Amino acid sequence: MPDELLQVEGLTKHFPVRGRGLVRAVDGIDFTVTAGETLGLVGESGCGKTTTGRMLVRLLEPTGGRIVFEGRDISHAGRRALRLLRQDLQIIFQDPYASLNPRHTVGRIVAMPLEVNGISPPGGVKQRVRELLELVGLNPEHYNRYPHEFSGGQRQRIGIARALALRPKLIVADEPVSALDVSIQAQVVNLLRGLQRDLGLAFVFIAHDLAVVRHFCQRVAVMYLGRIVEIGDREQIYERPRHPYTRALLSAVPEVTVPAKADGRIRLAGDVPTPLDPPSGCRFRTRCWKAQEVCATTEPPLDEGVACHFPEGGRE
Amino acid sequence: MGRFLVKRLLSAVLTLFAVSVLSFLMFFALPRDPVTGMCPKNCNPERLERVRQELGLNDPKVEQYAAYMKGILVGRDLGSAQGGRCDAPCLGYSYVNSEAVTDTLARVLPVTLSIVIPAAILWMVLGVGLGMISALKRGTWVDRLAIGFSLTGASLQLYFTGAVLLIVFVYQLKILPNPHYTSILDDPVDWAKGLVLAWVALAFLFSAIYARLARAQMLETLSEDFVRTARAKGLAKKTVYGRHALRAAITPLVTIAGLDVGAALGGTVITETTFGIQGLGRTAVYAVRGGDLPMIMATVLISAVFVVLANVVVDLLYAAIDPRVRLR
Amino acid sequence: MSLSSEIVGPELTPDAPPAPKGVDVAGRSPGQLAWARLRRDRVAVISGCALLFFLFIAIAAPLIELAYGIGPYEQFQSKLRRSDGMPLGYAGGISGDHWFGLEPNSGRDIFIRLIYGIRTSLFIAVTAALLTSLIGITLGILAGYLGGWVDAVIGWIIDFALALPFLIFYGPRDEVPTWFRVAVLIAIFATFGWTGMARLVRGQVISLREREFVEAARASGAGLGHMLFRQLLPNLWAPILVSFSLAVPAYVTGEAALSFLNIGIRDPTPDFGVMIFRSIDYLQGDPAYVFFPGITIFVLVLAFNLFGDALRDALDPKSSR
Repeated sequence: MPDELLQVEGLTKHFPVRGRGLVRAVDGIDFTVTAGETLGLVGESGCGKTTTGRMLVRLLEPTGGRIVFEGRDISHAGRRALRLLRQDLQIIFQDPYASLNPRHTVGRIVAMPLEVNGISPPGGVKQRVRELLELVGLNPEHYNRYPHEFSGGQRQRIGIARALALRPKLIVADEPVSALDVSIQAQVVNLLRGLQRDLGLAFVFIAHDLAVVRHFCQRVAVMYLGRIVEIGDREQIYERPRHPYTRALLSAVPEVTVPAKADGRIRLAGDVPTPLDPPSGCRFRTRCWKAQEVCATTEPPLDEGVACHFPEGGRE
Repeated sequence: MGRFLVKRLLSAVLTLFAVSVLSFLMFFALPRDPVTGMCPKNCNPERLERVRQELGLNDPKVEQYAAYMKGILVGRDLGSAQGGRCDAPCLGYSYVNSEAVTDTLARVLPVTLSIVIPAAILWMVLGVGLGMISALKRGTWVDRLAIGFSLTGASLQLYFTGAVLLIVFVYQLKILPNPHYTSILDDPVDWAKGLVLAWVALAFLFSAIYARLARAQMLETLSEDFVRTARAKGLAKKTVYGRHALRAAITPLVTIAGLDVGAALGGTVITETTFGIQGLGRTAVYAVRGGDLPMIMATVLISAVFVVLANVVVDLLYAAIDPRVRLR
Repeated sequence: MSLSSEIVGPELTPDAPPAPKGVDVAGRSPGQLAWARLRRDRVAVISGCALLFFLFIAIAAPLIELAYGIGPYEQFQSKLRRSDGMPLGYAGGISGDHWFGLEPNSGRDIFIRLIYGIRTSLFIAVTAALLTSLIGITLGILAGYLGGWVDAVIGWIIDFALALPFLIFYGPRDEVPTWFRVAVLIAIFATFGWTGMARLVRGQVISLREREFVEAARASGAGLGHMLFRQLLPNLWAPILVSFSLAVPAYVTGEAALSFLNIGIRDPTPDFGVMIFRSIDYLQGDPAYVFFPGITIFVLVLAFNLFGDALRDALDPKSSR
């Protein structure tokens, strides 16, 4: 049985808002990631995927549920315990312009995790930085340059180099290419694929662009309003989507051929409901063309990879 | 909005309370004996002791403070040498001026108000107006002139400006009388003639500062997208700049203006000293130099009240102009 | 351009022209860029030179006295009119010996007193500004980064400090030595003047702390010290420098004002405020007396303001100019 690197059970994050109650950003999600595997986390803006990503690297503390990394429960681990953990779990950010300190040289940025943890690699910090820069396809002689001298795609590479500094086992990539031009997106995704293959990295790849996710992720989880509505292999999701929401999402992607495409573009009615007061029962029911009474009364559990009372292809 | 107001008032009261305690500690709890300073050279010890007794200086500090606060709220009895019954708000008796502090204040406060308020109106209108115009006509000679004016005004010292005004208008050209205070109720024309130089001096300095601020604010607002949209929609320049841009640009100015006025009311010492007018500021300075403790306490409290009040007013204005503040 | 074709696409290529091996390519830091911009700004250069000139005067005052030949306390009663103490000669006694004339009644040389006055002013103002900055930066960073009750407490302290009319707290009477007065002045400025810097820094920190590079440092396990001093502080220099360069003239003005009111430096120590205060009495008879200190302090403050503005522009080219 392949070792499960990361297990998430019932992970929840609520943000209290003064006078208005709770924002249920993430409301009980479960998934696992094995070593070397890539899991995609997709959904619209506000579905909770970024919050989930932040919780995985403990930039946020969960309000409920568990995060288990390599068998250790890290959901509420203290700073000292997290210290070691941080070497194995790293994050890449979305905004290439805000994720690098404008006053630091590239070398200093990439070496930051080493500096913070007081680690001195054999051969010296400078040597390691050079290696990392080369690994991500940048000229190693540029470690004395400043971020403003690089393009968006190059800055993302710098961010990736920084994430690799401590030789992590799992990287959370929070929409790493969303802010880049389409042609550059391809380069960076290629880079990530190469790194994943060569270094055996596991990824949690957060994105809203299904086309990109398809090329990178072996498994995909679809989120809606703080819950996972469908999770499965790449093939299952893209060729045999079962949750109505997944189908609607896929129908909007230009190249994905789905049998249901024959029906044409599915347009969802209405807006995403507010996370302050999500709909009772199945949260998607307000926009779902299949909604019935049971959808309003009972929340469908994630069963066989899909959380729906009336999934496509029915239930056995 | 109500809750916001209550919170602000509470914080204001707390601040004032802290100010009163701190000032009290500073002045009445010092090892230096306050009484000796109040009395001219040949006071005999019995008299000093009697004064001390009357002032309650031999009582524990907490009691003294309590008596003082009680006096402010409901009035209290001072000794016969201090005029007997002192009605609320009782701020003590000033040996230096030989009158109740409240009486002195009643005399000098209108002077300071007469100096500050007209000057404030003048500088706001002049400063903000100049700033807005120069922002709209950026780069032209109007703008350059305005910037020059702002920098000069902000760098000139108030007493220097005052001195020059005196030299020109009072001594050389002789068109204005020596600056002095007449109550506006007695003779408005003389009131104006006596104070106009003070107004001009203050306004020159402050309008320069405000012109700079207003210009910077306006330029920033004008570069925002919503202004471009409004123009693209075809709205008249006057509407766009007057109604939309002005509203956005004015908010920070309101804050600063409020704070400045509050601080200014606390004592326009320089102006008063330069022009020889006896207002609150000058009274305060004399009190400091003469060691007149009740007077010092009173002026500190009044200044603090003005500043805190100004803060509250500004916050309320902010809440009125910017709805986001209310909803927090 | 479809994504699928890119998968098999070009090999990863380095994005910048390769430098010759062994040579460390150094980029230009944001600080260096700002310095270059400042050097190109004529106003900045002129006002900067003026400031250096004043600084030089302040430091070299005793040497100037040596060269000039007259000290700030020497009295030349013989050159005053016996009847009313006014200086003989044109415009308050300007002559080859006394470049700016003499003070009425005391007969002291105005020029050398101005030189020493500059020294007093700059010393007090710069020291106070440095102290103020130190306190303000520390409290501002703490309040901005830690938020919560720390921010609330510091915010309240700021409101409190602003409400106090600090003039009043000046205590020393006549018998006190000058250096003590100077120390008290600096202390008063430092105790009440840090609020501006603190507010400014706090605002900057609040806008910085949500940025992703800060989160990246946290995700790598950075402690508070690293966060504040290695990540945030380098990004705070711009507002700090500008605020400092504008604080100094404010203190020059403030110190002169306090001396003008006889609460600060007093006669016979040479000082702008003292000189102007005395000159008010002689406005009718000797208007020239008020001009020299007045113009000098005006130029000094103006130079600082111009330089401060130019500095702000150089550090943030997007600002509205």
